Amino acid sequence: MKKKFPLHIIVFLFPACFIYSIFMIYPLIDTMRVSLYTQNLLGENMDDSSGVRAFIGLRNYYDLFFNDTWSWHFWNALKNNIYFFLLHISIQTPVGLLIAAFLSNKELKLKNTYRTLIFLPAMMSIVIVGYIFNLILSSLWGIPQTILGLVGLEDIVQPWLGLKGSALITVSLISIWQFVGIPMLLFYAALVSIPEEILDAAKVDGSSGYNTFWKIKFPLILPTIGLMCVLTYVGNFNAFDLIYAIKNIYAGPEFSTDLMGTFFYRTFFGYQHQLGNPTMGATVASTTFVIILVGVVFYLYAFQKRITRYQY
Amino acid sequence: MRKLISSFIIFTAFIFTALPVFSGTVIIESWRNDDADAWNDKIIPAFNAKHPDIEVVFQATIPAQYSASISAKLEGGNAGDLITLIPFDASLKLFNRGWLASLNDLGGLENYPQVAKDAWSTDNQSDLFGVPMASVSHGFMYNKDIFKELGLSVPKTESEFFNVLEKIKSDGNYIPLAIGTADTWAISTMGFQNIGPNYWAGEKGRKGILTGDEKFTDDHYVSLFETLGKWSNYMADGYQAQTYPDSQNLFTLGDAAIYPTGSWEIFTFSQNADFEFSAFAPPTRDGQSNCYIDDHTDIGIGLNSKAKNPAEAKVFLEWLTGAEFAEIFANEVPGFFPLHSHSISVNDPVAKEFISWKDTCDTTIRNSYHIVGRGEPNLESVLYEVVSGVVNGTVTPAEAAERAEASLANWYEPHQ
Repeated sequence: MKKKFPLHIIVFLFPACFIYSIFMIYPLIDTMRVSLYTQNLLGENMDDSSGVRAFIGLRNYYDLFFNDTWSWHFWNALKNNIYFFLLHISIQTPVGLLIAAFLSNKELKLKNTYRTLIFLPAMMSIVIVGYIFNLILSSLWGIPQTILGLVGLEDIVQPWLGLKGSALITVSLISIWQFVGIPMLLFYAALVSIPEEILDAAKVDGSSGYNTFWKIKFPLILPTIGLMCVLTYVGNFNAFDLIYAIKNIYAGPEFSTDLMGTFFYRTFFGYQHQLGNPTMGATVASTTFVIILVGVVFYLYAFQKRITRYQY
Repeated sequence: MRKLISSFIIFTAFIFTALPVFSGTVIIESWRNDDADAWNDKIIPAFNAKHPDIEVVFQATIPAQYSASISAKLEGGNAGDLITLIPFDASLKLFNRGWLASLNDLGGLENYPQVAKDAWSTDNQSDLFGVPMASVSHGFMYNKDIFKELGLSVPKTESEFFNVLEKIKSDGNYIPLAIGTADTWAISTMGFQNIGPNYWAGEKGRKGILTGDEKFTDDHYVSLFETLGKWSNYMADGYQAQTYPDSQNLFTLGDAAIYPTGSWEIFTFSQNADFEFSAFAPPTRDGQSNCYIDDHTDIGIGLNSKAKNPAEAKVFLEWLTGAEFAEIFANEVPGFFPLHSHSISVNDPVAKEFISWKDTCDTTIRNSYHIVGRGEPNLESVLYEVVSGVVNGTVTPAEAAERAEASLANWYEPHQ
């Protein structure tokens, strides 16, 4: 007897699929479609009323990558974004892991207090964080000159947020400070879920604390670390809010803190006296999407598939 | 249920009978929340004294949302009768979509100079769609107490200006110039557009850029960038991270002596500063006989093409072109100057100082707005970038000039 197709599966899946398609997949595909059209710019005749858009294939992408007007900003934003990501991955992840390792130590007192305090910035509004750091680091009303002055180092105080060379590093460090609690929590959860028996066995075998961490705990939480890296990657390439809060959409000085997100915002929505260009904005958005997709696919196939999972 | 229906009927009847009452009302849409009191308490009553049969309502939106909300309202057909307009392209766009009426036949337009009308006219000046309302001027405000303490006098020429700055710097107690580069628009608008007209000879240079006769790589633009570069010696430590509000605070707290600015600050500063301050015009270049100031057309007002009461609205607009409105507006909203050609008496001493320059100096508007404010990237944004770069010392004056010129050449035919 032929088994009847279970219709209820479709019925139950439909609402989620429907909503996801309407609000996620359709806009994504339509964004890519729009990126293949010209924007009817406010040209000489100012005829912006027709709303006609002409199909131009990949011309927008060509302009974005190779035409100086756009490409300088694009490559600049991409370069900054990669730098932003590398700083996060090389500072936020190890520091988060270190704190998690300390917190998972059973002898540590006030463990929950530390955990809450370190996680606290991640719950703060980015607007507040941006505003506070602008004040803290201000050369006029800030505090580094006072603190460093106590040890006679006031000469090294610079307007770090305002200098081309240091603005991006400063913004990255602010972001790392704010979000270090998230990898910490994930790693902490992974570390405390390692069964006692394994650690006890290691102890009995005479393994030192250092060895236990690197040979036993670390391999066991590696999948979590991989996951954290890919989350950081996605988050960093979508980053926008912190730069917007601290440096505004101009991502100054001279676009040295410009990321894909702020570049997209300026392109799509326009800014003071510059009207937005929706089709070019769609091109930037699609490119960002591809960049993130490539990274995630790379992670899935090159990393997650090969990783050894231990069952316990 | 019956009660509900009957109350509904009464309510509807009430609405319909109430409607005609509003039919003579002229609604003004504006982003100038700050001026609501001036309109409600002074301007509209003054108008009603002459035209008691026309009711005028001033309706303000939050400034940041104004452009978006006004196009939505115009498109939906439920905008007010009179629309307050920002200058140039954004409003021209509203006109080209057919949402604003042409005002060519409005009486009283002869009361305005052509440069004021340019901001709300089509490129070939065949249609005017907005009545010029107010302008803002640039200049330098200074702390009179500090000037007295250090025995300084108001600088007239550029070398005097730098002498004054040098003296304040060597005294060491005050920051000579309160301006930073973190907000790029601030240094560009209040630096470049402030002293610029003296370099490019006002309207002559602005038109020269439009026709392509002058290029940003010309000597006078390069030396303008050089002068701005010199400003950085007299700015606060860490000016690269100093924002516009920081600069305002530095000046109103009495920590800084001179503040390159615009007349729009007069109102807030007179409330916040507890010392005497005044203003001086952009110092002229050494050996220059004429002086030029920037008097930027900032606010205009247009007629909704689908206005409910166009006749009444036009009566109001015509009244707006007269001396009575100019007088009230200038005094109630100090720092925003009516664009009428006739002279106006103002009471605020600082506003008076600003307005007095118009008698001796030629006026112009910011050179990056009219026509060249289009294109990608537009000139205004490029200037933000290069001016702040020059002051930060990361862009040389020659590079800045080349970048500004290249951006124009990229899309603007007269520069290709």
